[in-house]
Amino acid sequence: MFEAILSFLPRAVSQGIPLLYGSTGEIITQKSGNMNLGIPGVMYVGGICGVIGAFIYEQSLPSPEAMIPFFAVLIPLLFCLLGSLLMGALFCFLTVTLRANQNVTGLAMTTFGVGFGNFFGGSLVKLAGADMPYLALTATSNCFKKTLPLAAILNSWGDSIDEACGKMGVFGDKLGNVIDFIFDAFGEVLLNYSFLVYLAIIIALIASFIINRTRTGLHLRAVGENPATADSAGINVNLYKYVATCLGCMIAGLGGLYYVMDYANGIWANNAFGDRGWLAIALVIFTVWRPNVGVVASFLFGGLYILHMYIPSGMNLAVKELYKMLPYVVTIIVLIISSLRNQRDKQPPQSLGLPYFREDR
Amino acid sequence: METKVASVKMRNITKSFGPVIANDRVWLDIYKGEILALLGENGSGKTTLMNMLSGIYYPDEGDIFIDDKKVVIRSPKDAFAHRIGMIHQHFKLVDVLSAAENIILGLEGKLDLKAASEKIRQICDAYGFEVDPDQKIYDMSVSQKQTVEIVKVLYRGADILILDEPTAVLTPQETEKLFAVLRNMRNDGKAIVIITHKMHEVEELSDRVAVLRHGQFIGDMLTRDTNAQEMTNMMVGHSVTLNIDRPEPVDPKPRIEVRNLTVRSIDGILKLQDVSFTAMSGEILGIAGISGSGQKELLEAIAGLQPVEKGSICYVEEDGTHDELLGKDPLRIAEKGIALSFVPEDRLGMGLVGAMDISDNMMLRSFRKGRSIFTDRKSPRKLAQKVVRDLDVKTPNIETPVSKLSGGNVQKVLVGREIAEAPKVLLTAYAVRGLDINSSYTIYELLNQQKKKGVAVIYVGEDLDVLLELCDRILVLCAGKVSGIVPGRGAKKRDVGMMMTRLGGNSNE
Repeated sequence: MFEAILSFLPRAVSQGIPLLYGSTGEIITQKSGNMNLGIPGVMYVGGICGVIGAFIYEQSLPSPEAMIPFFAVLIPLLFCLLGSLLMGALFCFLTVTLRANQNVTGLAMTTFGVGFGNFFGGSLVKLAGADMPYLALTATSNCFKKTLPLAAILNSWGDSIDEACGKMGVFGDKLGNVIDFIFDAFGEVLLNYSFLVYLAIIIALIASFIINRTRTGLHLRAVGENPATADSAGINVNLYKYVATCLGCMIAGLGGLYYVMDYANGIWANNAFGDRGWLAIALVIFTVWRPNVGVVASFLFGGLYILHMYIPSGMNLAVKELYKMLPYVVTIIVLIISSLRNQRDKQPPQSLGLPYFREDR
Repeated sequence: METKVASVKMRNITKSFGPVIANDRVWLDIYKGEILALLGENGSGKTTLMNMLSGIYYPDEGDIFIDDKKVVIRSPKDAFAHRIGMIHQHFKLVDVLSAAENIILGLEGKLDLKAASEKIRQICDAYGFEVDPDQKIYDMSVSQKQTVEIVKVLYRGADILILDEPTAVLTPQETEKLFAVLRNMRNDGKAIVIITHKMHEVEELSDRVAVLRHGQFIGDMLTRDTNAQEMTNMMVGHSVTLNIDRPEPVDPKPRIEVRNLTVRSIDGILKLQDVSFTAMSGEILGIAGISGSGQKELLEAIAGLQPVEKGSICYVEEDGTHDELLGKDPLRIAEKGIALSFVPEDRLGMGLVGAMDISDNMMLRSFRKGRSIFTDRKSPRKLAQKVVRDLDVKTPNIETPVSKLSGGNVQKVLVGREIAEAPKVLLTAYAVRGLDINSSYTIYELLNQQKKKGVAVIYVGEDLDVLLELCDRILVLCAGKVSGIVPGRGAKKRDVGMMMTRLGGNSNE
């Protein structure tokens, strides 16, 4: 039982991280009043751009041993950020400058992003000359997956305590086992992750702080709630929309990068990312636009997403499919509850999805 | 007079929106320590002119001088830098933020709400405001929101305050309070510009008036040297009579009989309690009361839009047969000739669709007519042209979306459509809210025409002076109950005012 939970929790966390990146990015975007439904596409682009960067770097090396881990991480990271930034800039240009409909633009960008990812993914697979329909960037992935040896250290501490306790009779033996288990579990569940996991949590917490506690955040919220008011208060509405949306896209793009490089062990297969982007948008509503809540909620969603693998359902695939519905069902329930309570603080930004033009009447 | 210093000079200011010239070479001086009333009809360019001073719009041509120095105001931030602050007609506040957060919005520096709250308290003490810095805007009344707006500009150190129709939404008591504060500020040496349509406010408050007409500056003068008649003539461009016509009702017969009407809101709050009255054909029945006393619910109940707890509403036919309206849907009621011209705070909310043009809005009443599967577009077009022509609606053409029209013109379109149906009963609420004098008189004239045709007109109004001049009988509501029904001729303003605040009026005296 404990073993099952211990193996479930880290997997729930690593399932949740792409969602966390996506939802943090989307929350920042939506706080500026932009409804970017292109997030799933942006995450795709982020992922494939990282893959392209890694592919170029790996191909430029004479041998895999010559790989410098720092560059192996930095190059895909920069490619990923650049790709998602361009997506964000495109979305802003269309919706803020040209005042196109945000929903249509967003959906088009999702379609575009998925197609972009599959096109370049397929091309790279061909270039690499692999027999399988996927591209493996294992060396790069290993650099991304490096963890600090904290969990191992903790594990060895637990072992030595267990050993020490073992000398104190039967009761001591039991106690030692429990302590060892706690140390192992603590290390396994909390410390045994790569840097992109901690980065996601840090970004979410920083975003939360900025939105709620700083003047920049206050202005951002004002822009999303009531751009005319923000404008008359001397806030540069378009600048805020551009920066928030581009930054949001870059953060969301990291989710795609994490998925390929860490979760999928550097293996790109077309359409493998699936519907995680939509789940990230569902998470925005679930957390009622609070990135700090998103940290916990994304792990919950990650857990719900993979729950079907842990619940014995035998050969009945229909039941599995029902379990896969869980994250969406939970989101719908949250939507119903938050609409019923009708609290003004827990509603979406008031002018979400609406273009702003100063001289419009 | 010689000691006055011109704080702001606007010279040759021109601004156009597409083909429409909103301001045409306007000259305007604003003096320190003086309250200037800016007058003009709807669409005469008052708000546009002031928006250029506050950085919302940028003039196409012309110069602005502040303290004799030529300045360029490209954004609200520039306006603040020149100590100009504007309180807009539609408040520029973020609902989910607190008062303090709204007040410091857009300022630089570290976010320190405690220090801000302290400074807000000082400003409040200095001028006699009451603001709770931590209260959320969505919890505030209209007058509280306005106070926050004023504190907001003072917080930024504004010396030149512009108020766009500040009293449109205030009760008489709140207006008094506001005026006291404005006089305080004037005595403090600030320059104040107030845009208003209410003549008695101009006479009571302002030191000087400036008049705009069709985007052009007509002239300015000291308030004490002029009077309401002269100002109105300047605004309109020809002389108008300020008396409202009130013909005697011809052959009044009961048309609508309301008995013991009780209405509860969704939250279970009693909105109307045991309301009984009869509306006669050929007369205007005024409904007075402090806003929110149940006027909206009463009209909506008659129009079939409001669920009723108990009571009855009968429509009386010409031959005297009674016809119960409760339980009928709005369509069936409308077929009886009951037209509802309802102007809630948001004018475009219930009567018209803002994004549709005038002729399509006419079609909202007539689209069910005819047997063909296609809608008849010709007659609404004709009606639209007729309404535009007869009521002098200012619009580029009838294909213009109504949201682009100014308030008075929107109202004319709405009323024009309702009376075109030749109704038997005309329900109007706040028909002249936000309208200038000329448009208001057009609307009164329209109502009188309907009355002469034998229509039972129910007129819910805010301005007691108008109710007393226009209506044949006035029903006074007080907290959802009928405080009394008085004849319009000879009723005293003071008595009706008392009845609005206390059931039955002067019961204690």
